[in-house]
Amino acid sequence: VQIFLPIADLPVNIFLILAMGLAVGFISGMFGIGGGFLMTPLLIFLGISPAVAVASVTGHISASSFSGAISYWRRRAVDLALAFVLLAGGLLGTVSGVWLFTLLRAIGQLDITIGISYVLLLGIVGTLMVTESVRAIMRARQGKPVELRRPGSHTWIHGLPLKLRFKRSRIYVSAIPVWGIGFLIGFIGAVMGIGGGFILVPLLIYVLRVPTATVIGTSMLLTLVTMASATVMHAVTNHLVDAVLALILMVGGVTGAQFGARAGQKISGERLRLLLGLLVLAVGIRFALDLVLPPESLYSIRPLETNV
Amino acid sequence: MMRSPAFTLVAALGAFVASPAAAERLVSSLSNHRVMVTSNFTGEELVLFGGIEQDASSRPRRSGYDIVVTVTGPRQTMVTFRKSRALGIWYNADSRVFENAPAYLAVLSNRPLDAITNTETLRRLQLGLEFVPLPQRASLNIADSANDDPFRLAFIKLKTDHGLYREVSNAVTFLTPALFRASIPLPAEVPVGTYEVDVRLFADGAMIARTPAPFEVYKSGFEQVVTNAAREHGFLYGLATSMMAVFTGWLASAVFRRD
Repeated sequence: VQIFLPIADLPVNIFLILAMGLAVGFISGMFGIGGGFLMTPLLIFLGISPAVAVASVTGHISASSFSGAISYWRRRAVDLALAFVLLAGGLLGTVSGVWLFTLLRAIGQLDITIGISYVLLLGIVGTLMVTESVRAIMRARQGKPVELRRPGSHTWIHGLPLKLRFKRSRIYVSAIPVWGIGFLIGFIGAVMGIGGGFILVPLLIYVLRVPTATVIGTSMLLTLVTMASATVMHAVTNHLVDAVLALILMVGGVTGAQFGARAGQKISGERLRLLLGLLVLAVGIRFALDLVLPPESLYSIRPLETNV
Repeated sequence: MMRSPAFTLVAALGAFVASPAAAERLVSSLSNHRVMVTSNFTGEELVLFGGIEQDASSRPRRSGYDIVVTVTGPRQTMVTFRKSRALGIWYNADSRVFENAPAYLAVLSNRPLDAITNTETLRRLQLGLEFVPLPQRASLNIADSANDDPFRLAFIKLKTDHGLYREVSNAVTFLTPALFRASIPLPAEVPVGTYEVDVRLFADGAMIARTPAPFEVYKSGFEQVVTNAAREHGFLYGLATSMMAVFTGWLASAVFRRD
């Protein structure tokens, strides 16, 4: 069944989009991430313009992160104070991100920027996750107890001023790195159309030493607010949010996420991180090939922006 | 003998006279003057019927009649980018702006254009994809692009690949020597706006009559509402999309709640 997308201006198969939403939702529920880094490339592959894909996926991630945030909230696994400080940075990051997005689109360098950012980000994060989880699995095989990275090992981060106490996470850190991380996530999220959960979670764990219990819930709350505001900002500045596309993705996504979350509980943490790392790496390699291999056509066309 | 509906249609339309000086008159009518883009729109094919009326002064034509129908969609300023390689990475290095290029262009005829008339006439009438004017913005002044300009050729090729530009030399069929039918294919990606249809009659290599037959492509109902909302009320539209996301997320967690 074909449905005509009003903003993307092309017909798509409604069941295909729904299935994509389900599949990505399953993965996002399983790993506790938004899944934007998978959804955006899939939409672009379908022929939807990168700009519309990035802008519409923000709506999809809002839905799945809200659904996730509710269940973590019920388990009291959300650190509101931490989320609030991250958010202060995140909102400013989102504003700057949407601004850069608009600028890059105007000068025709949006695709290449999205491409290179994906390669770098996915390549680095994927490699780190794979090596870390393989090491953890090896250690478990050898029968050694799982080594927990616990606070105590202080770094320069902990020497910064403006210290705040986050009660639920039981940490005492400077507001500056927290704010900075929020800014970074908001910024890359808006430019690349990803929630940034897969970067935020490791940053919170390894840099701020936030305990695993509150990390995912807090990350989901942050993702919800930055992505919902990115949706509004993309709608205001670029008029490229396709609500019909977003709705179909949301319905598939939130349903898939519920089943994914159940499947995820049956797999051990290290295996889960290894799988996610491999997935992240695979998407990164796919983007790298696009940049390096000779393109099918040297030329591309698009309407000139009049509002920039 | 049954009269074809086309004939009745054409007969009812004697009013359109293209060029009174010529001995032949050209009349035409479209199957639909308003094409509606709805949520199940996957493209459409318009049919143009036309007739050639001869009067007492008409001389017999040696090679018969030829018809060239040019359908020009709404104007759109487009950028064409060319990729280059730097540090092993392909990126958009060079670009050209095509000022007010037709978003849709179809040149339909009953036989190849170069068989209908000579290149000089095609160039003068700006007929066919090869000779359509595509003004390029070069820094400050705007000039028509040369026919063999690589950016122009790439632009036409990409538009053709999307089905938005086409030159079809068998899209016009003669039902009788004086009655013809042309099918205008509109792919799903057609932009909304006013489309000009220019029907030209050729005989012995010269254009002897022409007539216009415009139509409109518009979004209707739901599609219209969404597009307008996105364009004109960006903030509320974005807010509504976010609320929709929150609601969907809440609904899922309520439906699947296990306790």
